[in-house]
Amino acid sequence: MEELHSALVSPRHVWWKPAGKQEKVWVTVSFVWCMILFAMMPLWHIKGGQNPSGIRARVDPIAYHKRVEQFVADYKIGEESGMPIVAPPPGSHVYLLGRMWQWYPSLQLEEGKSYTLHLSSTDLNHGFNLQPFNINFQVVPGYDYGLRVTPNKAGDYRVICNEYCGIGHHLMIGKVLVTPAKTVAAPRQGEEG
Amino acid sequence: MSASVVSNLFRRCPITGLNVHRDAENLVKVNAVVAIVALLVGAIAGLLLVLTRWQTVHLLSAVWYYRLLTAHGLNMLIFFIIFFEMAVLYFAGPIVLGSRVPTPKLGWLSWVLMVAGAVLVEVMVFSGRADVLFTSYPPLRAHPLYYFGIILFAVGALIVSFIFMASLVVAKREKTYEGSIPLVTFGGLTAAIIAIITLVHGAAIYIPTLAWSMDYMPMDAQIYRLIFWGLGHSSQQINMAAQVSIWYLLGGLTVGAVVVNEKISRTAFVLYIGFISMASAHHLLVDPGMGPAWKVWNTSYAMYLAVLASMIHGFTVPAGIETGQRLRGFVNGTFEWLRKAPWSDPGFSGLMLSLVIFGFIGGTTGVTIGTEQINILAHNTLRIPGHFHATVVGGTALAFMAVTYYLIPLIFRKKVALWKLAKIQPWLFGVGVTIFSMAMTFAGVFGVPRRHWDISFSQAIFKWEFPPATDLMLALTALGGVLMVAAVIIFVLSAVISVFFGETLDLANVRPGMAGVPQGLIKLPPQQYEGAAVEKVHKTGTPGTVVLVAVFLGVFVLYYYTNWKMLAIVWKVG
Repeated sequence: MEELHSALVSPRHVWWKPAGKQEKVWVTVSFVWCMILFAMMPLWHIKGGQNPSGIRARVDPIAYHKRVEQFVADYKIGEESGMPIVAPPPGSHVYLLGRMWQWYPSLQLEEGKSYTLHLSSTDLNHGFNLQPFNINFQVVPGYDYGLRVTPNKAGDYRVICNEYCGIGHHLMIGKVLVTPAKTVAAPRQGEEG
Repeated sequence: MSASVVSNLFRRCPITGLNVHRDAENLVKVNAVVAIVALLVGAIAGLLLVLTRWQTVHLLSAVWYYRLLTAHGLNMLIFFIIFFEMAVLYFAGPIVLGSRVPTPKLGWLSWVLMVAGAVLVEVMVFSGRADVLFTSYPPLRAHPLYYFGIILFAVGALIVSFIFMASLVVAKREKTYEGSIPLVTFGGLTAAIIAIITLVHGAAIYIPTLAWSMDYMPMDAQIYRLIFWGLGHSSQQINMAAQVSIWYLLGGLTVGAVVVNEKISRTAFVLYIGFISMASAHHLLVDPGMGPAWKVWNTSYAMYLAVLASMIHGFTVPAGIETGQRLRGFVNGTFEWLRKAPWSDPGFSGLMLSLVIFGFIGGTTGVTIGTEQINILAHNTLRIPGHFHATVVGGTALAFMAVTYYLIPLIFRKKVALWKLAKIQPWLFGVGVTIFSMAMTFAGVFGVPRRHWDISFSQAIFKWEFPPATDLMLALTALGGVLMVAAVIIFVLSAVISVFFGETLDLANVRPGMAGVPQGLIKLPPQQYEGAAVEKVHKTGTPGTVVLVAVFLGVFVLYYYTNWKMLAIVWKVG
């Protein structure tokens, strides 16, 4: 005889029974949807332009700090509010340092050109958040995250810290200026940092 | 055991017919009471936090904002939820099976350990020696006693998980039930297994971190994040398993909901156990430590099998309710069963709101922002707390509140105090959390950071202004938060007054229309159905539920698709 019971009642007999038609259809539809959700990620690696892969390596914080200072010395073009402004050539490696409580240095990039943007920290975790485009990456001390970025629009951008890093966390803001694409090729294009 | 010993150790519940072990009952009580204290502390902190994020009010100083943010996370995610889950385990094991707690003394010891750990953590946080937020990412460092407090608490919770399992063994051996354990207990078992997996991760991270905080060993910032989230995210899956069990439990108690298919529901629970701890990856999608293959495989819980499990429960829970209602005679049309449901019963309204908010807001946003690439748009923005308040608060906390309205009469044997307010409490809370989560999510779309004291950057070296729409969203977040806190205060007052000063309820003499007793307990709906009615309902199926899940899938697909479109317009990055 057919019986049904609530979830408070112990099933007395074998409960491994075939599912009804509606349940079967829903489970199948859900499974197919799950496979689509899964397939989208590898597909975006192949077809899409935004992936968090990058070049990933461990790095000694002191060595990273030295590399950033070298980068600043190589390409510094000015200063604003005591923060050096650095204009690396297109195609080069760019080094940004997150530390309590600043993004060091300010960057000047060119629209439509690619750079390898390195992110690391010499103290705590920080969060790279690019405004107004809302691109987010975790910045972890001891790890170098090198991301190939191509600014697709000229403008005055900010980098906000969105990982709690102590009492001055909300003061941590950096600057990225993207200049409009030049018609003549930049002289040091393709140079590696 | 002689009959008199049995009658001293047990009482028979006149409504459910269950033999209730007195130690089990007392352990449910003490754990639930501490949970509610933690809920109140967390809610007051939460109120002050939303009134700070609302830039126009900007209530707290920076120091107290971050300190109370730490306290809010710990009180809500750890103390409230886990103490309540301990109560759920004592209920779903010994009480539902009519069995006993095999080791009551150990049960009390574990409670003492958990309380001691929680008090130690509170002291450290409120005295300013642990301003590290819930996540305490090294090299950010708290006082060693903070980590020690968490370890004490976790050991206590681990013991309760084992006591729950032992109670299943004892119930089986002493034949307090026939056949298989009920689905509610099976869900409790799932929660207990996930709790053990989770707490092992907890030991694996907090013990080394304690040693690191005392300078005994180094700590890698990335490895901490990996293992911490094995605890931090998986613990939310304990909540989910407990909450889904409560959905099934409340369905049965309020409207005589049935289990449409034991095989499907139980398989879905097993899928949770198998794949849930991979969710650690959700927090590491834009981290430098792991490669794309690891991220894709883990963030999807091995091809979304845990999401499949939730989608299954999302069907079987309403389908069980629909079937129960149809068996009770609400057979007309597609939705008579829903229209004529007991919406003024806080147990039922809480169950349904929890189900809808968890699925429609929490589930869709969670899967979407947990997609490897879409996470670039979401990581550490307000979209993250927007998502998890819909799951943990709108889903779990609301389900826990709803079941409390049944536990007060059943376990504490008191009438629910402030009954008129209690009847609207789930609605107030549900509306509040919906506004709160959606407003936070929209603010997060603009990149407004979470855990941030001042997005006006008034003292920073560079200026930045978010679009004016974000001000509105943060004001709405505050509005949602105020509604939620008002609902929490009603809940806490109702529970505390009922338990400590309430009118004792004689369960054998409940009358129709009695205030303070949910309708499911005035006349318990049938828990078993047989014969022609069952065959008839099998033919009808659950057309209303089919419509509901189709709408859900439509919303899910649309939200997911929109996010890929949003991602495609930002800088190329890779």
